[in-house]
Amino acid sequence: MHNKTITELSAGLQAREYSSLELTELFLSRIRRHSKQLNCFVTVTEERALADAKVADAARSKGRAGPLTGIPLAHKDIFCTKGVKTSCGSKILDNFVAPYDATVADRCRAAGMVLLGKLNMDEFAMGSSNETSYYGPVRNPWDADSVPGGSSGGSAAAVAARLTPAATGTDTGGSIRQPASFCGITGLKPTYGRVSRYGMIAFASSLDQGGPMARTAEDAALVMQAMAGFDEKDSTSVDRSVPDYRAELNNSIDGLKIGVPKEFFEEGLNEDIAALIESAIDQYRRLGAQVKPISLPNMKLSVPAYYVVAPAECSANLSRYDGVRYGYRCEVPKDLADLYSRSRGEGFGAEVKRRILIGTYALSAGYYDTYYLKAQKVRHLISDDFKNAFEQVDVLVGPTAPSTAFGLGEKTDDPIAMYLSDIFTIGANLAGVPAISIPVGFVGDKPVGMQLIGNYFAEERLLNWAHRYQQATDWHTRMPEGFE
Amino acid sequence: MSLSDAEVRKIAWLARIEINGDDIAAYARDLSGILDLIEQMNEADTSDVTPMAHPLAQAQRLRPDIVTEEDQRELFQSLAPQVESGLYLVPKVIE
Amino acid sequence: MKEMEWEVVIGLEIHAQLATRSKIFSGASTAYGAAPNTQACAIDLGLPGVLPVLNREAVRMAIKLGLAIEATIARRSIFARKNYFYPDLPKGYQISQYELPVVEKGRLRILVGDGERIIGVTRAHLEEDAGKSLHEDFHGLTGIDLNRAGTPLLEIVSEPDMRSAAEAVAYMKKLHALVRYLEICDGNMQEGSFRCDANVSVRPKGETSLGTRTETKNLNSFRFVEKAINYEIERQIDLLESGGTVAQETRLYDSNKNETRPMRSKEEANDYRYFPDPDLLPLEIDESLIEEVRRELPELPDEKSARFQSQYGLSDYDAATLTDSRELADFFEATVTAAGAEPKLCANWVMGDLAAALNRFGLTIDQSPLNAEHLGGLLTRIEDNTISGKIAKQVFNLMWDKRRPADEVIERQGLKQITDSAAIEKIIDEVVANNPAQLEQYCSGKEKLFGFFVGQVMRATQGKANPQEVNKLLKQKLTR
Repeated sequence: MHNKTITELSAGLQAREYSSLELTELFLSRIRRHSKQLNCFVTVTEERALADAKVADAARSKGRAGPLTGIPLAHKDIFCTKGVKTSCGSKILDNFVAPYDATVADRCRAAGMVLLGKLNMDEFAMGSSNETSYYGPVRNPWDADSVPGGSSGGSAAAVAARLTPAATGTDTGGSIRQPASFCGITGLKPTYGRVSRYGMIAFASSLDQGGPMARTAEDAALVMQAMAGFDEKDSTSVDRSVPDYRAELNNSIDGLKIGVPKEFFEEGLNEDIAALIESAIDQYRRLGAQVKPISLPNMKLSVPAYYVVAPAECSANLSRYDGVRYGYRCEVPKDLADLYSRSRGEGFGAEVKRRILIGTYALSAGYYDTYYLKAQKVRHLISDDFKNAFEQVDVLVGPTAPSTAFGLGEKTDDPIAMYLSDIFTIGANLAGVPAISIPVGFVGDKPVGMQLIGNYFAEERLLNWAHRYQQATDWHTRMPEGFE
Repeated sequence: MSLSDAEVRKIAWLARIEINGDDIAAYARDLSGILDLIEQMNEADTSDVTPMAHPLAQAQRLRPDIVTEEDQRELFQSLAPQVESGLYLVPKVIE
Repeated sequence: MKEMEWEVVIGLEIHAQLATRSKIFSGASTAYGAAPNTQACAIDLGLPGVLPVLNREAVRMAIKLGLAIEATIARRSIFARKNYFYPDLPKGYQISQYELPVVEKGRLRILVGDGERIIGVTRAHLEEDAGKSLHEDFHGLTGIDLNRAGTPLLEIVSEPDMRSAAEAVAYMKKLHALVRYLEICDGNMQEGSFRCDANVSVRPKGETSLGTRTETKNLNSFRFVEKAINYEIERQIDLLESGGTVAQETRLYDSNKNETRPMRSKEEANDYRYFPDPDLLPLEIDESLIEEVRRELPELPDEKSARFQSQYGLSDYDAATLTDSRELADFFEATVTAAGAEPKLCANWVMGDLAAALNRFGLTIDQSPLNAEHLGGLLTRIEDNTISGKIAKQVFNLMWDKRRPADEVIERQGLKQITDSAAIEKIIDEVVANNPAQLEQYCSGKEKLFGFFVGQVMRATQGKANPQEVNKLLKQKLTR
């Protein structure tokens, strides 16, 4: 049953084949059995889950059930959940019990979803391997010695291991797509402003976007339906109606114009991955798509620009963690400066510190123009690349990541190598456009993801394109060994 | 761009992050490496490009002037390391 | 050696708390005086994940001020983060405006002595206020109250156009009056609603470049502004004349010692790392909003002053004084209406006896025990000769003490003026008859004695005789 999609589970619940309580107990028992080895949960909210399930069952018995009523879900530990510890993967928030719900958490609950728990992640979403978490690394269900990707590594691993039918994630530079790729699941990063950021702990405010992580595009569409929409509590939320994502899933893709950016296939891309992407593109051809080469000439600048913009924003966003009102405070501060410096020095991990320091430097007197302003200009160039591309084609496709899941510890001593693993995903964040990663095969026993990047607010089309591919293939149905 | 230990100390102070003396050199090395990566931006000619601060090309939405928040001091202060008489306590502030 | 002549250069940064109901970026109340941290919501506390949403009314108030000082209203302005660590600043940055403020290039007219001066306003920008640090002893610790955090502020920055403490005070008073006219700030300086930082420098007269300036913080009364600036001027001149140099620094005024001293917390050079706040999009203000706000503008002090001059025939000085505050101007106009009397007479009484009495009791115009109708009633009785101007002062004092209308006081105290010429003639006859010696001297040419007779008549009537009538009748009597 744990291998069923949300659509199937929803039908089973509606047919009274099982109750939400039974479903929830099943996933809780799977979590008990597997989550320790994967280390994908920071918190399991067993009591809350059972209570939610009872509420869902009661709603259903009164005839008030939607497609997500009673479906279990887990949140990346970056989404504030009222009364539940929300750590953001950091020691500095290890004792933080959120006093409110993130809008995303609120909406998922309102849709009747059952909260199983909170998922491990890179500290403050800064990382591409889930190794920067205060709670230790998450292991990839496909290979226990490999990383699950990051920063939404716990989310990807939990979904891949069937410990939850779906999870939420956030994506600042690839943090939904890259772990989705590494774990063989489907992950959607929506258009900036489509999903509310309220209560989603900020890393880089102009880049962060929450989105669904599930096994199929159809499931992602269902969860996205709950997550998306205008929120007056977020100034950057876009007031625009939300389409019925599921209704668009089966639209024909005959005549779809696919652009293949040549920059995705240049140096550094694993040949086997390139071959898998080529064959996925062929699949699209068979479904009626036209394929043409295209260029994103400034793509190579996306990592450098990102490592100014994201650290600059995070350097300010993380100033609030000062040991005064909540969170970690150092022992016996000798004065105010000591309180700040030691609480932050002891509370943050090395990667977070590096990024705060880089961001602080990039904004400091004398360097603002050289770094911050320059990066904003480069961001404009990169954004224009996408604008130009979407005048010619409907969608851009390429690999989600330059490699499959790398080994635990392989890149922890080399920040630059780690940063470059996001080379293909960062552009969409800088421009704010939506993108989805779907499984398209394996290299060895590790999954490979393909990324589809759409124009602004083209989520329903991305989900449609992904769904049509998944109707024609079965990569998304593969399950890692040991989790049957 | 290579950062000296002194520069790292200065930035760390601005960011109020204590870094142990032993670790300064490693940070200097890592940060210098990141700056080298960042400086690849200089390959781009941006002389005619306007800066882009945000992906959304729209204006700030405004909120009506209505009090919507209730007092939740007790809940919020249950999270605080040190409070007294409703105040957050910190080491002595010198003006 | 000839003593060097110095020129003083002053610019003011004024922080006006905007009179919105809720905070600039959150729905928490801005009411003053609540128990600590009971009006600090998740956004004000900078809890993780929360986001700011801008208060429309704060923007409208900024536009109001901009229009009132003939400034440019930026069609597009940007909120930035000003980064620094301080316990009363929960997020570790203040949301403010830096490169593109909402209001730019305004001006304000002030009167100093007999002269008029125009003071430039460089800019006014929206920002959030910080909380408060309470230094009472909590076992050697400081307590933080964040109720004030997030209260909307309009920071109004002048050009360095003022040349004396008196000018600075005149500018500050003018701005204070203006924000209250506009009803965008309650102006309560004791509660910190209207605060001033003064940038002061001196330079040798004739020098065109500016001297090194100091910034003196948190001057919360007009008197302190004046004293602190004068202290700074003297301190800087003393320093320079003794061969020293002025350090560019932030100083704090100590009203108990009447001195300024360097702020320890500001000793190190700041690097605020301003950058556009990615949580807030550009603030765009279109013509229709500006026009909508413009239609709501009340009559402003300068307009009102001009109208008072033309409508009531008042002098520039009188008109400016009466329009100092909206309440005073309203009181004056209500008095004119109630009295139906000569506006000049009303102006004299409002600025003279009434102002003096208020001053004596430390009251503001809206706390006056006499309302405009009462004062108008008194002035009506002067105008219709029921009482003389001299008696009127007596009536005024009784009205003030007893809180009674003029007519009642006049009636009860029998202060009605004697205008009946038969009655006055009778008294004149008695006075003349009782002073034959003086009459003889007067008749033989000592005309100065006319005053003596007037005085005797007034004395006999306890001042109640109408002076004009007394003069007229006495003249007739004595020339006969």
